[in-house]
Amino acid sequence: MSIVIQGLSKTFGNFAALDNVSLEVPDGALLALLGPSGSGKTTLLRVIAGLEVADSGAVLHEGEDITDYSARDRKVGFVFQHYALFRHMTVAENIGYGLKVRRTPGAKIRERVDELLKLIRLEGLQTRYPGQLSGGQRQRVALARALAAQPKVLLLDEPFGALDAKVRQELRQWLRRLHEDIHVTSIFVTHDQEEAFEVADRVVVMNQGRIEQVGKPDEIYDHPATPFVYQFLGHVNHFHGRIQNGRLRLGDAEFPLSSREAAQDAPAIGYVRPHEIKVRAEANGAPSIVAIIKHMNTAGPLVHLELERADDGGRFAVELTREESRQIPLQTGARVFVELRNVRVFAEDNQALNPNLQAREETP
Amino acid sequence: MAGVNRQVLPGFSLTLGYTLFYLGILVLLPIAACFIKAASLSFDQFWGAVWTERARAAYLLTFGAAFVAAIANLLLGLLLAWVLVRYSFPGKKLVDSLVDLPLALPTAVAGLVYAGLYVENGWLGQYLVPLGIQGAYSRLGIVLVLIFVGLPFVVRTVQPILEDLDPELEEASASLGATRLQTFRDVILPTLYPALITGFALAFSRGVGEYGSVVFISGNMPYKTEIAPILIVARLEEFAYGEATAIAVVLLVISFSMLLLINLLERRSMRHER
Repeated sequence: MSIVIQGLSKTFGNFAALDNVSLEVPDGALLALLGPSGSGKTTLLRVIAGLEVADSGAVLHEGEDITDYSARDRKVGFVFQHYALFRHMTVAENIGYGLKVRRTPGAKIRERVDELLKLIRLEGLQTRYPGQLSGGQRQRVALARALAAQPKVLLLDEPFGALDAKVRQELRQWLRRLHEDIHVTSIFVTHDQEEAFEVADRVVVMNQGRIEQVGKPDEIYDHPATPFVYQFLGHVNHFHGRIQNGRLRLGDAEFPLSSREAAQDAPAIGYVRPHEIKVRAEANGAPSIVAIIKHMNTAGPLVHLELERADDGGRFAVELTREESRQIPLQTGARVFVELRNVRVFAEDNQALNPNLQAREETP
Repeated sequence: MAGVNRQVLPGFSLTLGYTLFYLGILVLLPIAACFIKAASLSFDQFWGAVWTERARAAYLLTFGAAFVAAIANLLLGLLLAWVLVRYSFPGKKLVDSLVDLPLALPTAVAGLVYAGLYVENGWLGQYLVPLGIQGAYSRLGIVLVLIFVGLPFVVRTVQPILEDLDPELEEASASLGATRLQTFRDVILPTLYPALITGFALAFSRGVGEYGSVVFISGNMPYKTEIAPILIVARLEEFAYGEATAIAVVLLVISFSMLLLINLLERRSMRHER
């Protein structure tokens, strides 16, 4: 294990930024800390870097306890969201700074800087100042600077957060490839689940200072461990009903559950993603609930419907492919039969849900 | 379309016109009058007025004392600004307002008080004079009062820059393996250079032009503790107006060249900003 985190807690005033967090990061992993703002992900990263001191707990680095090491002794590379480049130094001086302060001979520094400039594809720009570079170029320089002294771990705090969408997309893929080439254990913080899934090979979902789930991107998306994870990773509909005979009962219809952890005969909420819902114009005997189309948006590759349950008036969203939508006459106000194809129910004690989480931040 | 004002910010010609007008009346006209008055002398008279041994000693003292005081203010001001920005302590607001006091206090008062403190039986002088340190009626005294009157400039130019300094820069430096000293030398100080140079230039100019406090503490002994402004007043008292303005012109020219040089230095320190 490259990094082992044991029971870290950290409070700011009476706000618990980290609440007894433990985590193991394997050697060579590219791990994403994913969560909404205030979930503690940046604090965790900063504690690993030594930029923040935890109230309790330990950070181990290849078996060595580095909890009490200062930032400069930890040999980690840190990349900041807003680059934090030294404006009075050229690109080459910025990249070489970590070597210079460790008294590396000048020739060696130049050699390493050239190597890194090639890696970040900014050859020929070594005499520029950061003020003369674009955002994407600056972030690559910041990355090269963090890598220069060959850190054992690379930590990135929302590295693409300040960039526009197109550059962000390019840099994500570039970071992914870079990691395949140099294989340094890397941890990056993001609030963007798409980014976490696209770049990372392991994702850690955090909420309110705790880790909700750790796993590979597809594991997390297909098998969310908690209601929070379910809601955080994309849109999800709530169906209020009862659990009976291992099925979710909504009015007269019963739907099979994809998990069996729920209690018997109790009120429950079924979680269903918008694309896991089938809509029919006629009942065909399969269990279904009746709903009315309230709104539809047919622009784009998917057809988005907003439906209202006929029994309790609860609203939910459905996504159909164009193919599917062509098979049924859809129009606002029409009555349709709705079949839920993948229902998950979480045990009642997991219901400490924050209703605001659905409208989670969509920071650019 | 001709005649359409395409400027986003209106009023350029109006504001520039007023600026030039005021600059002309308040700054340029008096200086020009000074030059014209000095030009009433023949070259030999002019040279005879400005290049006497006494005048040369006065120039050297004026610029030397202002320079030494400005250097002292550079270090003191940086320290003071650092303490005011980086630490919080009881009475910080009070200290912060004290910094501006030398600007408000009539400098003659400062000169009198300093002289009173450093004379042989003054509060400080009774200990210092036996040690051979003459704080009053000496060149040291001149430097001391110039440090006093120039103190606010470096503090007030450096303070806002230091406040705006991104803490991430220091964190980046630390995570790259730099010591606190290296971070200060390589990361913090270079970002302060332009402000430090500006503060130095202001403190230096203030020192060159200072009269009120120096006249009370220097003793005004020709060749020893007589600064150029006092020499000018001495000439005025002899009704030698031409000679007085001639010395003033020399002061002006030297000051202007030095400020120009400092400006170039400042621009060099900001070359990375383009």
